Amino acid sequence: MELIDILLSASFWAAAIRIASPLIFATIGELICERAGVLNLGIEGIMVAGAFAGWIAVWGGLPLWGGVAVALLTGMMLGLVHSIFSVPFGLSQHVVGVGLTLLATSLTFYTYRVVLPEVSSPPKITAFQPYEIPLLSDLPLVGPALFSQTPLTYAAFILAGLTALVLYRTPLGLAVRAAGENPQAVAAQGLSVTAIRMGAVVVGSGFMAVGGAFLTLSAFDSFFFDMVNGRGWICIALVVFGAWKPGKAVLGAVLFAAFDALQIRLQQTGIGAVVPYQVFLMMPYILSILALVVMSRRAEIPAALMVPFNKGER
Amino acid sequence: MTQKEKAQVVLRLDGITKRFGPVTANEDVSFALHRGEVIALLGENGAGKTTLMNILFGQYTADEGSVELFGQPLPAGDPRAALDAGVGMVHQHFTLAGNLTVWENIVLGVDALSTASLKPAAAKARIRALSERFHLKVDPGAKVGRLTVGERQRVEILKALYRDAKILILDEPTAVLTPQEADALFATLREAIASGLSVIFISHKLHEVMAISDRVLVLRHGRLVAERATTDTHGEELAALMVGAEVSAPSIAPANPGAPLLTLRDVTTPGAGSAPGLARVSLDLRAGQITGLAGVSGNGQAALSDLISGLIAPASGSMELHGASPKGWSPRAAIANGVARIPEDRHKTGTIADFDLTENAILETYATRFSSRGWLDWSGARAFAQKLIAGYDIRCPGPDIRIRLLSGGNMQKLILGRVLEGAPDIILANQPVRGLDIGAVNYVHEQLAKARDRGAAVLLISEDLDEIMRLSDVIHVISEGRLSPEFARGTMRPEDLGRWMAGEGFEKGHTDAA
Repeated sequence: MELIDILLSASFWAAAIRIASPLIFATIGELICERAGVLNLGIEGIMVAGAFAGWIAVWGGLPLWGGVAVALLTGMMLGLVHSIFSVPFGLSQHVVGVGLTLLATSLTFYTYRVVLPEVSSPPKITAFQPYEIPLLSDLPLVGPALFSQTPLTYAAFILAGLTALVLYRTPLGLAVRAAGENPQAVAAQGLSVTAIRMGAVVVGSGFMAVGGAFLTLSAFDSFFFDMVNGRGWICIALVVFGAWKPGKAVLGAVLFAAFDALQIRLQQTGIGAVVPYQVFLMMPYILSILALVVMSRRAEIPAALMVPFNKGER
Repeated sequence: MTQKEKAQVVLRLDGITKRFGPVTANEDVSFALHRGEVIALLGENGAGKTTLMNILFGQYTADEGSVELFGQPLPAGDPRAALDAGVGMVHQHFTLAGNLTVWENIVLGVDALSTASLKPAAAKARIRALSERFHLKVDPGAKVGRLTVGERQRVEILKALYRDAKILILDEPTAVLTPQEADALFATLREAIASGLSVIFISHKLHEVMAISDRVLVLRHGRLVAERATTDTHGEELAALMVGAEVSAPSIAPANPGAPLLTLRDVTTPGAGSAPGLARVSLDLRAGQITGLAGVSGNGQAALSDLISGLIAPASGSMELHGASPKGWSPRAAIANGVARIPEDRHKTGTIADFDLTENAILETYATRFSSRGWLDWSGARAFAQKLIAGYDIRCPGPDIRIRLLSGGNMQKLILGRVLEGAPDIILANQPVRGLDIGAVNYVHEQLAKARDRGAAVLLISEDLDEIMRLSDVIHVISEGRLSPEFARGTMRPEDLGRWMAGEGFEKGHTDAA
């Protein structure tokens, strides 16, 4: 069976992990925002901006990690814009988020044209190269799949672990989760709901932008206009799929990425000759919708998600 | 405690004045709280109790006056200052997050946000020790959303004790408890007081104030109008001080019950989520009789009220209205059979906040009484609204005011008028006086008694046992969807009903319900 051959090949799993990496960054970012009670629909635009900012910084002469830092800061700036409107002003999180996506995308394209007015194809940079972790990368199947990735992929998984640690094991994480569940409880302890929520949106948006930058600095070596291509919206669904828990969200990202990697490979098999290729392109999305329906039935949504907090009101 | 310690002033409010625009919420309020003392703060809704506590907790800044805690002036407008100085508050609406566990709720905000780790094991051990010492039984690892209301209150108190609170403020703490739970709370408080805790007890239940406090402060229209040592006063005097006039609860004449208008026999309904359905419930609602339904909230009251208002149909058993079983039970059928309801939550399901008074007055009848050929009859509707305003003493600038701007009491009078104007046969009154002041409570009770005397069958659902015992001609207790036998007025003491509310007696009881 060709399917079994694919599923047992190291290159398939290596591709799945690679495709999952930007999703993990952005999903974790979105998860942090939502756990604090703010739905951040600016995610798509922030990823576009992050992809561009990281790439243009490296093209301009910064080292690759410098590019990552620039993307992070860009995302945090955009997150600050979102949080000012959505938290202290308490405006509709849908409108603010979609507006931010439009703004960030347009600003990116504008900046691109200002910086590179004459070019027809965008210049290439030298992207992150795979780093083989000693010993671990020698393991059969798992070694090439998990431990021969670029440093940014390792960073994505480390970030997810750290986020879980902070959310569940520190007073800060508890305050963030409580702000998304019952902001009155946070305010009653003399903590600032506004500061906690704004902080979560700023930090979360930074991670989304790094997810975007993964595309230009690690997956490819250049910037294209449509390269984010709805990944942000997928991440919104992945947060629901993961029931607002970092571990399950990572699992969801890998699962979606595996479907994506699988469909490319299936196109080249015997079935691919018969079935139109669009069906394969649809596959990850359809399977994700199905998985979402099954997994999110009993999820505990943060009770105060999308509920603005006004001090002194009940 | 030595006498010297007892004389120590732990909290002093001096000349507190707070204005919101033209409204004065607190005017020149001064008092001192001593170590190990219980002060009861008594007052009607809007008397300024909550504003005063919000000033203490830095939510508001006083326009004049100062607060001193343990001899140190309290910085104004800093919510953490009072907490850090050892003041804990148990809010009437609990400030707990349902999806988090008990211990997470308790330690929230205790350590600085920059602290590296929560140390769950140590926190849980400390909570267990505290709950042992103060008899506040609760599992630290349980999710708060799964706890009963009584248990949640214990979590709130533990929250304060965990922070080594020296002053505990309780805002209407017994509103949601059974009498037994309230007694347990008082026992816990007495223990804490003996070890030096000072308590401010906010309530409008006079017998509790008499039972627990050392001193009573009465607030009226934002002013401190009286201060009494509890031993030197009595309930009637306090009630009069609270409203500024002699109050008399409406005297309820003996009932003159007629034929049953609604009969349930062995009715079972499915539960919804954590709320139980009805389990083989038999009930008669008789004309000219008020039937009280006592019970801790969430024990099937919702199922019974949904059943009677037509939202759900019996899964098994029989239901008869006016001696015949209705076909196709729905809210429309219920209204057609003369069922009217005063909904449990007047804000959520009783009114539309941003509609004006006229629109709210015709919410249930706009399609029948106030429309012709598909057009609304606005002049008729306005006349109806005027009639309700005059007939039910709704205090408002006029029928065009947005309902949001009315007080709870006036909102409830509107709902009451809307319901009673249709002269319904069966009145489902679900928590009709929750959150109202004494004047409005008496008015609502009077009107319900009048409807009864006109021949309506009234079902009064309430968590307030005093209300049930005062108004009902017969009482049932509901627990986990089961209904107790019918108890006639005056045959049961609160403790007896409390035992039924806690679920005792049902093993042999529910099948012999008359």
